[in-house]
Formats: sequence, structure tokens, C-alpha cells
Amino acid sequence: MKSHARLAAAFLKQEKRAHWHDQALWYVREKRDRMAASVPDWEALRETAQAIKRHALANLPRYLEEFEQNAAARGAIVHYALDPAEHNRIVLEVLKSKNARLVAKSKSMLSEECGLNEFLERNGVEVVETDLAERIIQLAGERPSHIVLPSIHIRKEEVGEIFHEHLGTEKGESDPTRLTRAARTHLREKFLAAQAGISGVNFAVAETGAVVICTNEGNADLGNSLPDLYIAVMGVEKVIPKTKDLGVFLRLLSRSATGQPISAYTSHLLGPRPGQEMHIVIVDNGRSEILQRERFYKAAFCIRCGACLNTCPVYRRSGGHSYNYVIPGPIGTILAMHRDLKKYKDMPYASTLCGSCTAVCPVKIDIHRQIVLWRNEVVEAGHLGRAKSAALKTATLGMKRTRLFRLGGWTVRKLLRSLPPFVFNNRLTIWGRSRDLPKMPAQSFRAEYRAHSKSKTNLSESGLNREGRS
Amino acid sequence: MFLGRVGLFIPCYIDQVYPRVGMATVRLLEKLGVSFEFPEDQTCCGQPQFNSGCFKDAAKLAGKMLRIFKDYDWVVCPSGSCTGMVREYYELLLERDKESDDFKHLVSHTFELCEFLIDILKVETIDGSFPHKVGLHQSCHGLRGLGLGVPSEQVLPGRIGKVRRLLESLRGIEIVNTGRSDECCGFGGTFSVFEGTVSSFIGRDRIKDYEQAGAEVIVSYDVSCLMHLDGLIRRDKKPLKVLHIAEVLDGAAS
Repeated sequence: MKSHARLAAAFLKQEKRAHWHDQALWYVREKRDRMAASVPDWEALRETAQAIKRHALANLPRYLEEFEQNAAARGAIVHYALDPAEHNRIVLEVLKSKNARLVAKSKSMLSEECGLNEFLERNGVEVVETDLAERIIQLAGERPSHIVLPSIHIRKEEVGEIFHEHLGTEKGESDPTRLTRAARTHLREKFLAAQAGISGVNFAVAETGAVVICTNEGNADLGNSLPDLYIAVMGVEKVIPKTKDLGVFLRLLSRSATGQPISAYTSHLLGPRPGQEMHIVIVDNGRSEILQRERFYKAAFCIRCGACLNTCPVYRRSGGHSYNYVIPGPIGTILAMHRDLKKYKDMPYASTLCGSCTAVCPVKIDIHRQIVLWRNEVVEAGHLGRAKSAALKTATLGMKRTRLFRLGGWTVRKLLRSLPPFVFNNRLTIWGRSRDLPKMPAQSFRAEYRAHSKSKTNLSESGLNREGRS
Repeated sequence: MFLGRVGLFIPCYIDQVYPRVGMATVRLLEKLGVSFEFPEDQTCCGQPQFNSGCFKDAAKLAGKMLRIFKDYDWVVCPSGSCTGMVREYYELLLERDKESDDFKHLVSHTFELCEFLIDILKVETIDGSFPHKVGLHQSCHGLRGLGLGVPSEQVLPGRIGKVRRLLESLRGIEIVNTGRSDECCGFGGTFSVFEGTVSSFIGRDRIKDYEQAGAEVIVSYDVSCLMHLDGLIRRDKKPLKVLHIAEVLDGAAS
């Protein structure tokens, strides 16, 4: 598995494309800013959202049970799954019980997390992604590079090529409207033919048993109403206590995600439609463990809006596929580390710790603080790597002793001042590959300051200006 | 105004590589009538180690900082990120000292230079002129961690950042507006080496922002970001200059 640094460097080789990727996402971030500013109490809304999540997840068993009872009372069949294997098995069994061989699926990051599509395909079930971007990804044989904008890394010309190959559109067609129309016609056939629909869930309301789904294309609505079998899959953290809490979350979600006041479709499913069978699969897959970790529990508050991806200077310049976990970017990092510290050890280092992720997060997860805490976990587990560890240990040694520190600084300055610049401003020094090193001064601050103080008697009374070479 | 003992905390890279920034800080404080001391035993706050996840190594340096500065009434530092290190993160490193009065005092009395001027000295304006077009680089740790500016992500209408207020008080200065008002420069401490390619790419984008906005000079309260940007500027032979805010204020103040 290649590291983030290597994958990102490969992504940046296509400079024009990288700029386009950065600008496309920044455009979404700016839309988000305008929408956030349109809500007078935006910051208070974020506080409230976090408080609701904190309360709901601190009382998770109670709210899950309440949700289960109310959903069941409305005719849904509720399942619990501990891990992806159990989740996938349940979904397959339900599909088999109705002899469903074609599934119209709406976007779900949980199903990506569980590898549901591959599992179903292996078991003879055809899965058609019905969200346009997800369908593009599926036809291209890729995985999403963003949790809300899964095909943000693919340009419209490339979509044209993919559709030409799979949907028979004209060669060279890149007009978004015509391409979308072709996808629509293609997907209508699938909707009508599918024996089952599967979708993710944005919110599960405990007091009513409602499943709330937000989309812009209405695809989830076709998927959950046309077929006679509908399966909603959700992580345990999706449960919120009351309908009125939606007044907080729905105002935050689309504004943060895409800069829209609200998604085009917000569907509240209160049980199956007449003649339909509805299942809800509630998955834990490590979430309750996250909630038990003092430094990291807030990661479970995430409502999957993707705002932290759009704002992240590193994500924008490295693309979702440079992160090896299914969820990329800042939030992906702090979720991946719970899965496999060793496998994803480079992810926490793919950050400048600028803190913009924390500042945009609608539920105020302390993302950048968690990222640096995860770096510490990586170090403690011995995964930083020998060269980096040794360099930092040496630096610490030098900095612990003031004399050594001064000697070190003096040596580096002398060395760099006496060598011609091409010796260090080159590919061999990592810094010098693309940047010049600073010009070295003749002496340190402490030496200059000492001379300055001597000439100013009023400042030399402190007695702290000891003798010594700098 | 009696302040008690003021300790000057000069980050390691300013001490060894950017003495001119340290000296500008010294002269500025002197002009404002602040008497202070520079404890010579200081070296580094531990941020490079902390940043890389080596908390145990960082804790050794944090402990040294606490010993050196605990007896000062105020600690002033010309860096947002080093100040942020002490204020925000020392609690993660010095778990045993966390409840001590010395620790609490250090953490609550360490100030970045600009905020020390505004919040403690109550200096609202600097009498001087700086007739240049300035790109104000709001380094992330100072911006979001210390609140030296108003982060573009947050909805805080009507607020003007502290650093901007100080700069705007100079005669003839023009602070240019970049499209992205507070985008990261890509330095990120050890990130600049661990992920050199991404780091430089972000930096070049940021420089382009300032160039397009017509800036002649990029000014920041963090020399680390400026070192990275200047390295790129000089490599690409761009006409832009970089200055620490202490250099601007010291040069402008009569």
C-alpha cells in the first residue's frame, strides 16, 4: 500500500487537474460560507447540534430501543448487526427471502464501509447505484473519492467516455445536461425492474421511528417506494431523540455539505408503503468503542456532511484516493485510526493541522486536535519510522541542553553560510527540492541581544545575561 | 503601567535563523516602554516534537519551558504557533503539573506579541507609516487557536481581527484582499518535510493569491509560515517580500 505522501505526489503531477480539483471544492466551501452566514445563529446552532449528539449518544441504548419499538410499531422489521459481515449477511438473507436479484441502491457510506456491493455481487445480486455520481463511479470501477461528491475527481469529458462505453451515448459527448438525461433514462429502467431498494439513512428519529433521508436527486425516494422490498441501513450513531431535533440538523447538514439551504428531497419514512416490506439494519461496527475513548469519542458525532473535506488544504490538493481508507480527508483520518492504526498510520500526517476542519464542522468535532493525538498513538505504537524518530530524538537531545542547542545552531549557520547554495537547495534535501533554505545570519538572536543590552545599561540589571558563546 | 516581570520567549528558529525578528520585537517593546528579560536558558517549546506525535520528547521541552518561565508575570512571544503550543497543548504534555499554580499561571499568561499589545498593554494604534500593499497572512494556529483574527469559517459579524487592527492603524498601509482570506500556506511544521510535495503546492497557490491581489509584501505573526513561503518565492524568483509583523511595526513606529 502506497503512503499518502506518494499517492498525493502522483496526484499533483497533473498540475492543471489538481488546480481544478482544488477550485471545484473551494467553490463548495464558499457556498457553504454564504449559507452559514444566512443563519443568524449559526455558531449557536453548531453548539446545539453537538449537545444533542452528546446527549443522544450518551443514552444510546435507550434511544435505539425507543427507535426500534416505534419503527416496528409502524411495520418496519429492525435488525442489529455488530460488524460488516453480519450486516452483509442480514441484507443478503432479506434479499434472498424475496428472491430479489436486482437492487436499486441509493448512496450510503455505511455500505461502502461494509463492502456491501462487492459482497452482494459475489452472491449473485446485481446492485445498481442510483445516485448519479455513485453510478459514474460504479461504471468506472472506482471507489468514491469524497463522501458527498463521490465523483468529484472525474471531469465531465471523462464521464462522457464512461457513458459512451456503458450507456451508449455519443462519442465525445460532454454536455452535463445530455449526459444526465442519458443516465436518467438508464436509471429509470433499473428502478422499474429492481425487486428491492437499499439506501443509507441520515437521521433516525427515536420518538417516531422515522427514517429521514436527504438527497438531491430523489433517487432514494424511487428506490424506497417503487420496489416491494426496501432495506434502510444505518450506523447506530444516526439516532436522534426527537423530531424537533431535525430543526437543528437539517439546517446544518445541507448548508455544510453543499451550501444549499436544504437538500432537494428530505424524506421522512414512517414505515413501509402498503404492500411493501421494510427492513432497517442498524450497525455498530466499532462505533460504541469510539464512544468509550475519552480523547476520541466526538468522532462518532459525525453527520457525514463532508465540509471538512472541502475546506482541507491537503485534501483539495491530494484527492480522496490518496487516503487509503474508504472515508478520506480529516474526518476519514480520525475514523480510520479506530479501524487499523498500523495500516492507516500515515493518514494523521496528511494534515497541516490548520484547524479549518474543526471550524467548519457542524457538530464541532475537535478534528485537528484528534489528528495530532492520533500521531501520538502512532508514535507510541512504534509506527513513525526509524529515520523520522531518530531525527526528532536528536533534535530533542539538542534542545534539552541550552549549550548543545547553541552549538548546533552555530554549526548549521556556519556550514550553510560557507557552502554554495546549490549544495543544499537541491533534490537531495527534502526541503530544498522545491524551496530555498533561508539565508543564514552571522549570529543568533541571543548574541545580538546581548550586544544590544550591553549598550543599554537600563536593561542589563536582570542578571540573566550569562556568559557564553552562541 | 506596572506589569511586573515580563519574560521574552523567542522561538528556537527565530533565535538561530531569524534574529532580525527577535530584535524587532525587542525594539518594539522598548519603544512601548515595556521592560522585560530574555531568559537565556530557553531553547524550544517542543512544537516540532509534539506536532510529529512524539509527546514524550515534547514533554521534556515543555517541562524546561515551565521551569524557565514560571516566575514571570507575563510571557511574550513573537509567534502565534509557539504561543498556541503553550496555551492549548501543554496540558496534554505536562499531565502531572496540570493542576499546579505554576502551570496554570504560565498557560494563562503567555501571549503572542500582537495580543499582548492589544489585550494587556491596551495599545490600539501604532503611530507610524508603512506605505505598502500588504498581504496579511493569518497563520492558522494564531488565527483559529488564539483568535488573532476572525476565521472565515465562522459567522462572527462585525468583528475585526486584532492583528489587522494594529496594521490598519499605520498610515499609508493598504491590506489587499485575497479571494481566500485565510487559506493555510501548507507549512504545517514537520508536514513541510514529511509531505514536501503537497506542502509546496499549497504554498505556491497561496503566493499566487497574494500576487494576484497586488501585494508587495506578505506580513504574518509567524515566521515559520514565512520561511516556507519565502523559500518558494526565492526559488521561483518572484518579486514578493515577506516580513514579520514585529519588523513592520518596529520599522514604522518612530
